[in-house]
Amino acid sequence: MSKVFIAFQANEDSRPVIEAILEDNPDAVSTTSPAMVKIDCKDRLVIRRESIESRIGRSFDLQEIQLNLITLTGHLDEDDDQLTLSWKR
Amino acid sequence: MDMEASKKKLGLKERYNHLTRGLGWETTYQPMEKVFPYTRYEGIKIHDWDKWEDPFRLTMDAYWKYQGEKEKKLYAIIDAFAQNNGHLGVSDARYINTLKLFIQGVSPLEYMAHRGFAHVGRQFDGVSARIACQMQSVDELRHAQTQMHTVSNYNKYYNGMHSWRHWHDRVWYLSVPKSFFDDAMSAGPFEFVVAISFAFEYVLTNLLFVPFMSGAAYNGDMATVTFGFSAQSDESRHMTLGLEIIKFILEQDPGNVPIVQRWLDKWFWRGYKVLTLVSMMMDYMLPKKVMSWKEAWEIYGEQNGGALFNDLARYGIRKPKGWEQASIEKDHLSHQAWSTFYNYGAAALFHTWTPTDGEKDWLSAKYPDTFDKLYRPRFEHWEQQAKEGKRFYNGTLPMLCTTCQIPMFFTEPTDPTKICYRESDYKGDKYHFCSDHCKDIFDYEPEKYVQSWLPVHQIYQGNCFNPGVDPTVPGFDPLRAVLDYYHTNFGRDNFDFEGSEDQKNFARWHGDDAGGA
Repeated sequence: MSKVFIAFQANEDSRPVIEAILEDNPDAVSTTSPAMVKIDCKDRLVIRRESIESRIGRSFDLQEIQLNLITLTGHLDEDDDQLTLSWKR
Repeated sequence: MDMEASKKKLGLKERYNHLTRGLGWETTYQPMEKVFPYTRYEGIKIHDWDKWEDPFRLTMDAYWKYQGEKEKKLYAIIDAFAQNNGHLGVSDARYINTLKLFIQGVSPLEYMAHRGFAHVGRQFDGVSARIACQMQSVDELRHAQTQMHTVSNYNKYYNGMHSWRHWHDRVWYLSVPKSFFDDAMSAGPFEFVVAISFAFEYVLTNLLFVPFMSGAAYNGDMATVTFGFSAQSDESRHMTLGLEIIKFILEQDPGNVPIVQRWLDKWFWRGYKVLTLVSMMMDYMLPKKVMSWKEAWEIYGEQNGGALFNDLARYGIRKPKGWEQASIEKDHLSHQAWSTFYNYGAAALFHTWTPTDGEKDWLSAKYPDTFDKLYRPRFEHWEQQAKEGKRFYNGTLPMLCTTCQIPMFFTEPTDPTKICYRESDYKGDKYHFCSDHCKDIFDYEPEKYVQSWLPVHQIYQGNCFNPGVDPTVPGFDPLRAVLDYYHTNFGRDNFDFEGSEDQKNFARWHGDDAGGA
């Protein structure tokens, strides 16, 4: 079993993204350090555009997450609707 | 006739395909191998460049838009930092020494990365590879510039930051990061991307930028955490690309696997050795600590790297050769490195010190198997000597490893009380190494490493004195002459933190005229 992770700057822009990830990925665990939040998840983690939009009440381009992204690991696949990190292909 | 405007905006994948597939062509006036002359001699075989894909599928419009937003955020904070005397908000003036090491050792590498990616961004045959490397080249230039701008605010008030570019090419410990990048820059384009994009960016940069920058935040350095995380938002893209590059090369031809494996063995070890400096920044130089080097190595080295190499096993790739040794050394690395800089504190362009009692207890808790037994007595001894007015400064020069250029202070993997020495003979000369892995790297490409510019050798050969200096005059002080050649402000940039101008000024600016402990 391998873990994937993604970390964001701890700020207001990241908050709805982190909430969306934690709701959409029941196995995800977040850890807060000074200025950053890291989310670990077993094998696979998904970020869904719709989940973020439903929190912020406007349309959201998934590439916006790059503004506050600190690091990630795993194979990445991104399209207009979701971003997936995984170790299984 | 006008083209009919499409009803629907193109999706991410379509936009990326138009940029990276539609704009390239096979050259006809000149054969492709003459237009791209560097991509064949390393032995890597590429059959279909279109298989190279940036998983973020970043197009130019999105790139400029998001990078512009990152810059606006960053510079607003840098301005606020400068306007509000942010330099006085850090935990303790000792912290500022991490920034000195950063601007001396890391920022020049960002600039070298800019140059390196500009080079391979011209040389790769495939369009998507070239675009990815060109974007990364611009990113790296941005990192170098934002770091200079941020640190320039500290340079107005503190010593040890004024001539970092001059130092990078001359100073003994800075040849460690410099030679790392020079080694990559003078390799072929595929080795360069495996070295920098994969081994360094993907496997190792988390250890530099993530816990250290979180540490900067914890120590109240608003400006550094902001440039660090702003750079790191680009690094996420670079890391993703690093993994994509490795998969691309491995999937193109089975003959590529052994070549890549050898590069991974080499560059994992080269990168890990450079991180020796980071280990002591985390354990000794951050007054308020977020995690130990050992913990960071376990999370970002062992767990994350372990997951990665499990995944790459399907291509026939195994963990790099030095992997186990790095894990053994996690209990020792930072202590041995900081001890060495404490020794050579007269010749280092930042301040050194012995850890406080509270810090020693923290180190005991984080390193229960090694700190009290092996390293605490050493620091207590030096502390006692300093109290007696005999602060120890080592006045001789250390032997350097020919490959990593670090002084030979590392111990045997099986015996932490014995220094590890290895050597090779080549064309009648003897070369020295700190480890089996550094020796292996040399033995495979001796013609490359016999050209290493080893600072200690250069000093002894008389190549590190200012023009006109006469080493034969009575009372000649070679250390002082070398520090003059470095453009050191002697007595201000070097020596112990205790009693330094930085310490006194920081206390004075906080209204404490006593000037330190």
